Amino acid sequence: MPSEFPIPLPNLPLPDAVPLSWYLILSAILFTLGVAGFLFRRNIITVFMSIELMLNAVNLSFVAFSYHLKSVDGHIFSFFVMVIAAAEAAVGLAIILTVFRNRQTLEIDEVSSLKL
Amino acid sequence: MHQLWLIPALPLAGFLVNGIFGRKLSKPAVNAVAIGSVLLSFLWVVKTLLALGPLESAYTESYFTWIQSGIVNVGFDLAVDRLAAVMLLVVTGIGLLIHIYAIGYMSHEGGYYRFFAYLNLFMFFMLILVMAANFLLLFVGWEGVGLCSYLLIGFYFLKKSAGDAGKKAFVVNRIGDFGFSLAIFLTLVTFGSLDFGEVSAKAATMSPETTAGVVTGICLLLLVGATGKSAQVPLYVWLPDAMEGPTPVSALIHAATMVTAGVYMVARAAPLFNLAPIALDVVAFVGLITAVLAATIGLAQNDIKKVFAYSTVSQLGYMFLALGAGAYSAGIFHVMTHAFFKALLFLGAGSVIHALEGEQDLRRMGGLRSKIPVTFLVLMCAAVAIAGVPPFSGFKSKDEILLAVHAYSPWMFWVGVVTAGMTAFYVFRAIFLCFFGTYRGKAHPHESPLVMTLPLGVLALLSLGGGYINVPQYLAPVFGQPNVDHDMTLVAISVGAGLAGIFLAWLFYVVKPELPEALARTFSAPYKLIYNKYYVDEAYDALVVHPLRDGSRSVLWRGIDAGLIDGAVNGTGALARSIGAGLRTMQSGYIRRYAAWVVLGSIVVVAMVTFLGGAR
Repeated sequence: MPSEFPIPLPNLPLPDAVPLSWYLILSAILFTLGVAGFLFRRNIITVFMSIELMLNAVNLSFVAFSYHLKSVDGHIFSFFVMVIAAAEAAVGLAIILTVFRNRQTLEIDEVSSLKL
Repeated sequence: MHQLWLIPALPLAGFLVNGIFGRKLSKPAVNAVAIGSVLLSFLWVVKTLLALGPLESAYTESYFTWIQSGIVNVGFDLAVDRLAAVMLLVVTGIGLLIHIYAIGYMSHEGGYYRFFAYLNLFMFFMLILVMAANFLLLFVGWEGVGLCSYLLIGFYFLKKSAGDAGKKAFVVNRIGDFGFSLAIFLTLVTFGSLDFGEVSAKAATMSPETTAGVVTGICLLLLVGATGKSAQVPLYVWLPDAMEGPTPVSALIHAATMVTAGVYMVARAAPLFNLAPIALDVVAFVGLITAVLAATIGLAQNDIKKVFAYSTVSQLGYMFLALGAGAYSAGIFHVMTHAFFKALLFLGAGSVIHALEGEQDLRRMGGLRSKIPVTFLVLMCAAVAIAGVPPFSGFKSKDEILLAVHAYSPWMFWVGVVTAGMTAFYVFRAIFLCFFGTYRGKAHPHESPLVMTLPLGVLALLSLGGGYINVPQYLAPVFGQPNVDHDMTLVAISVGAGLAGIFLAWLFYVVKPELPEALARTFSAPYKLIYNKYYVDEAYDALVVHPLRDGSRSVLWRGIDAGLIDGAVNGTGALARSIGAGLRTMQSGYIRRYAAWVVLGSIVVVAMVTFLGGAR
């Protein structure tokens, strides 16, 4: 599959190292851990960390594909994800801080006033 | 152009003025508008007829195309021929007299202007009906007079019986009108036109084999319409109840003019009826049955207006008998003489009621001969006319009818003769009960004012001498020469029946007043039967009204309306609500549950893509 990116990557010799599928399996495991943490943990901070874990699992598969396909698209995506994650962390932590100040709790099920 | 449109337009103008401004106008002003418009209309009729001369064929004025759609082309056309001329003179002439009479009769009543407005509106529609040159315009007048009849029967709308009678008249007439409208549709489909002239011309040229069935159907449907409007069996039940209205209304609408509209309509459609002998036989039968039935009921009624109402039904039956026998001109002749003497009977009865301050029961009258002599005199004139005493008007027209019926079917003649005897009996019974013997009531009788007695006098003269207007001869160009040979034996028989009726009434109610009581006791079963009008109203209630009402309530209302229609509407709302209630549980407010939905959703999407194959 030829790259559509204008600058071709240097044709590095592939070390007979870890195959792509291993990366993807690791990424899937990390992602599932994130999802499970998000769903089952009650502490908002832990939930927040689970989200970061999911994002980084996705980043891992992006980078793995990018390397495998000899295309920088994946790298660009993962940079974007990191930027967004940083911004999200800032905003998210601010929200968590405000919630804690107002309610003196980090229990996620206590924060349910969105309900109709 | 003779400006025929002015004839109906004048009463319409009177209606508009009295209807809109009547509340603010004084009584003399209301009188002037109401009477003036009818008087002008009458004068215009006279002037037009004089200007038109012999009027051998119909004179038509077309004003504008009313309906133009496909094959339907109906013009707003008014026409006058000799038949319409007779009706025009009767309607405007009698109408004028009754309007004048009503000034006196209604002087103490509320809703004075409303009464005259309705009366003028009635005149407008009746004149449209008479002058219509096609079936549809005739139908307009037909429905319009029905409306006015309803409004005027229910004139005393605070009285429940009056309102009920109005509704009954309206509903029963609607059944007849249904037949009439079907007849109009069938005419349009068959002949492609509704114009009287065109239809009769086409009917005459079409081969009888192809049209006989359809024409018979049209004629029978027209007859259904006529039985409603003209109170024939089986739809006559509304007319006796219609006596709830003020007496001038009974005289004008329910005796002299509107109820003869059916006779007029059948006579108008004579070219069709002539092609349908079966329909003519049915007309004769219906007429005969009605005449006999109503006459027998009239024998035992105690309300003076009810007696005359059944008499009207019976006389209308006579007219239909004449039409069925093919003697259209005799039927129309009887329409005219009947208008004279029956209007007089009703107005005379009204004068009696007026004198007795509202008393209508014959059992509480009696001995009024000396107290209200003018009323007595004019009622005697009407009575001898309707009883067929020669040489007065009723004798002339009834004679024409009976002779024609004898030529058509002898046994019907004999039934007709017996009916004539009964007619004489019940009318004179009413007269004797009212004016002879001793006074049995409590009111203080006083003679009516001149404004009431004057029209009575004119009508009395017409009742006595109206028979000398040779209507059958005049109508010869329309219906053909009447070829009845005046067999003196038959004439003597019918006169004898009338005189016998009068004699019996005199015997029963003057000479031996205890005799009717004894007879009623001896023949209690038949007496009860006719006293209760053959229980026809009760039978209709049981067979038609109650099933309809109960069926409407349980099936149409509770079942279809409340169950099906409301159920569908409410069900739609309930469905939306229950779906919403189900979806609401998803919106729990717990972030982790939302996340679970997201995960579930993405699993479903991935599964679908995997197993069903999505876009690749």
